[in-house]
Amino acid sequence: MKRGSLNKYYLRKISLKAEEIFFRATMLFSSCIIIFILLLIIYSILQKGLPSLSIDMLTQTPKGGFYFGKEGGILNAIIGSIYLSLGATSLAFIIGLPVALFMNIWLSHKKKLVNSFRFILDLLWGIPSIVYGAFGFTVMIYFGIKASLIGGIVVVSLFILPIMIRAIDEGLKSSSVGLIEASYSLGSTKTETAFKVMMKQCLPCIITAVLLSFGRSIGDAASVLFTTGFTDHIPTSLTQPTATLPLSIFFQLSSPIPEVKSRAYAAALVLTVIILIISLSSRLFTIKYKKNRINF
Amino acid sequence: METLSVSKKVIPITNYQIPKKIQIENLNLKIGKKHILKDISVSVPKNKITVILGPSGCGKTTLLKSMNRLTDMYPDMEVTGKICIDDEDILHSGTDVTNIRKRMGLLSQRPYPLPMSIYKNIAYGLKISGRRKKRFLEKRIRHYLIQASLWDEVKDRLREPASSLSIGQQQRLCLARGLAVDPDIILADEPTSALDPISSQEIEKKFLELKNGYTIVMVTHVLRQAARIADYVIFMYLGEVIEQGPAYEFFNNPKTEITRAYLRGSIN
Repeated sequence: MKRGSLNKYYLRKISLKAEEIFFRATMLFSSCIIIFILLLIIYSILQKGLPSLSIDMLTQTPKGGFYFGKEGGILNAIIGSIYLSLGATSLAFIIGLPVALFMNIWLSHKKKLVNSFRFILDLLWGIPSIVYGAFGFTVMIYFGIKASLIGGIVVVSLFILPIMIRAIDEGLKSSSVGLIEASYSLGSTKTETAFKVMMKQCLPCIITAVLLSFGRSIGDAASVLFTTGFTDHIPTSLTQPTATLPLSIFFQLSSPIPEVKSRAYAAALVLTVIILIISLSSRLFTIKYKKNRINF
Repeated sequence: METLSVSKKVIPITNYQIPKKIQIENLNLKIGKKHILKDISVSVPKNKITVILGPSGCGKTTLLKSMNRLTDMYPDMEVTGKICIDDEDILHSGTDVTNIRKRMGLLSQRPYPLPMSIYKNIAYGLKISGRRKKRFLEKRIRHYLIQASLWDEVKDRLREPASSLSIGQQQRLCLARGLAVDPDIILADEPTSALDPISSQEIEKKFLELKNGYTIVMVTHVLRQAARIADYVIFMYLGEVIEQGPAYEFFNNPKTEITRAYLRGSIN
């Protein structure tokens, strides 16, 4: 071998090695940054939220106005958020599940149509929630509806519907045509195939979709800003305005009064814990219901 | 030659001595301009094992699936002709397609158990036919599992998910499930292609036992398997039926050059 080519060979080897080290280092670095930021957020929530968290905070509504009042807690926002998210998630589920099943079983042969529908849903998924809020607000003004729990539920369910449908759809899409054929050949109708076979097959996916949507709906501030409003009271009917946790952070954090501010931190902590519980339970449910799933 | 070991007592179908179960006349199937099945006319004898042979992509599976109208799943398939089961044209009759499918059990290339327990897999077919009494279900489920020789392996774990079974057991479960809707025909689409040799043997053995009560139509591309179990052979090539007749004649006295080439192994 010539001297020149040998040099080239070693040079190449060294540069490959350097490349390897460089990329490994950058990946390690960015992973560390992500973890650090995450820990920092959790730390600041815990550091400011934990001292202000008390039994009163969780069991009382704000006394004398959420902005100025010094006593009371965030019970209105906790209950309001749960009402709103439960309502919106159930509404989105009732609409979304049949849509996903229809796309995958009744329209299974119309691939182009279904794929363009998927594309539209993905676009809708990407639209910022404030746009949904503004849209809902316009419609509500048109019909003369004031900010209310029902308005919020409808708008938030519109906002999480694409997430719900696409998440269920992904599960249905990945299950094989063979399973549908097997069910048909036993003499079942399309409806039986959809609700007795495919729904069981995709149960883990459906649960993930529901919990994902629930997490999105409870954590979103922009879409409820115009549509549910904010209040100190716990709503007793669907037509009353409702407080939510994200808005309770938004409004109370800007207050100059430290007691009010601490309520915002407590709300942030409660919200984080709720979302943490949701994602953990989604994992658990997925594992629990995976056992019946047929792997392809 | 090993392929000669076919049952020798075959009465040629052309003599009309065996009652025919399925009679297909001038069946054509097109997807757009692609002509998948060309003018198929075959008959399947009752209570015999009929094997559809042919190289890959010749339309064997499509022919089998058109027999229980799974082709309905693809509306762009244009199906013309006649498929008669017991003299009833199933392609154009007013009968509900689910009732037609209940008369045929289907085994696919790989087992597709339903995503539920072993017990429910078999109960499913009975339940959608309206049989819900627990006593009855338990009795029938035991019966069909014994018939598919799976009972001894699963009797203590009926409530476990079907996905926990081995693939060979899953295929036998699918057989039991198919039998549970009380069909008179069993359609099998290369039922052993995903299985290990021992499980394949069990399925073949089962077919030989079952043929007294059922008409079995099986697609395969394994010549040896066809020789082992076939009573009657339909040989297809490029969407056409080249030859059909009793297995003994087909293997020993092929009539066309294409069949001879296929049996030599020079087409595939």
